[in-house]
Amino acid sequence: MKRAKRRYLLLQDSEASPTGRELLDAVWAAVTKLYGEVGASQTGLSLIDYDEERKTAVLRVWLAAMQQVRASIASITRLVGKDAAVHVLAVSGTLKSLREKT
Amino acid sequence: MKRTFADLHLRLDLRDVAGVERVVSKAATLGYGIVGVPFSPETRENEETKLREICRNAGISLASRIDLRPRTRGQLMNQLRKLRRKFEVICVLCDNKEIARQAAKDRRVDLLNFPAVDYTRRFFDWAEAELASKCFAALELDVKPLFVLEGAARVRLLSCLRREVLIAKEFHVPVVISSGVSGELLLRKPMELAAFAGLFGLDEVSGLNAVSTNPLNIVERNCEKLSEGFVAPGIRVVKGGKDC
Repeated sequence: MKRAKRRYLLLQDSEASPTGRELLDAVWAAVTKLYGEVGASQTGLSLIDYDEERKTAVLRVWLAAMQQVRASIASITRLVGKDAAVHVLAVSGTLKSLREKT
Repeated sequence: MKRTFADLHLRLDLRDVAGVERVVSKAATLGYGIVGVPFSPETRENEETKLREICRNAGISLASRIDLRPRTRGQLMNQLRKLRRKFEVICVLCDNKEIARQAAKDRRVDLLNFPAVDYTRRFFDWAEAELASKCFAALELDVKPLFVLEGAARVRLLSCLRREVLIAKEFHVPVVISSGVSGELLLRKPMELAAFAGLFGLDEVSGLNAVSTNPLNIVERNCEKLSEGFVAPGIRVVKGGKDC
């Protein structure tokens, strides 16, 4: 069986200060809202790292579902009860090159 | 070659200078090279000078735009005659079918925009697309309603947008994706808008074209028309005087 490719996304939220868990929950909620539970199950979404000082998070997703996850992230307008926006700062195939990019 | 991205629809309150500066600098940070801001014809000159200065400081270009909302066909023709040579982008907000048809077949119109919430007044059908395809008019889709609406309203809007994009593709009508926002919190990166366009049937490349190539073509075409010496597409006055 061919190994599925992954991508690592570096996210930054602009206004709210959520915990890593809250940010991941918001992304899950957005994916489920836009693509449903079946669509969400095909994203392979998981939180790799969260930096509370810089308000950045690293998410891992399947390459095939990356556009869906990006669209879902763009649709997030509220985080922990505050108006917020989450932007994708960088996308990379490995964690090493993602860290080199930032 | 690196793409230049454009957001042709920022609804700024031009009296709030601090707010305008915030939105423009955010747009520059997110990677836009050109922003389009609607002006009113009466106050255009004053506001445009100020805004161009703000955009220059932020390192992005400004495309002046006007949103026309005529009630009758005659009113539309009259407004186009008066305003075409004053603005780089002309958008017609089509509230009824008569206006939609006239706007689609007029070569002076750049963008066709339809009400986001009232689905009965989205007149972008096969006939409209056929007219628009002959006259270089593009279909503008604002993404703000998709961020703001929820539930059935958003589902209904997505369904309308998917149908319109399908028709636009069939008739090779360019699609322009704009934010349509007034605050910086709803601004999104061009790549995110392109990904969002996947929700209504645009693939990755078409989505990127909708935030870069298609709006840029409109602005470039009109800047050329507004420049001195322009006669017709491909014809320019290069020298004048008795010795010609």
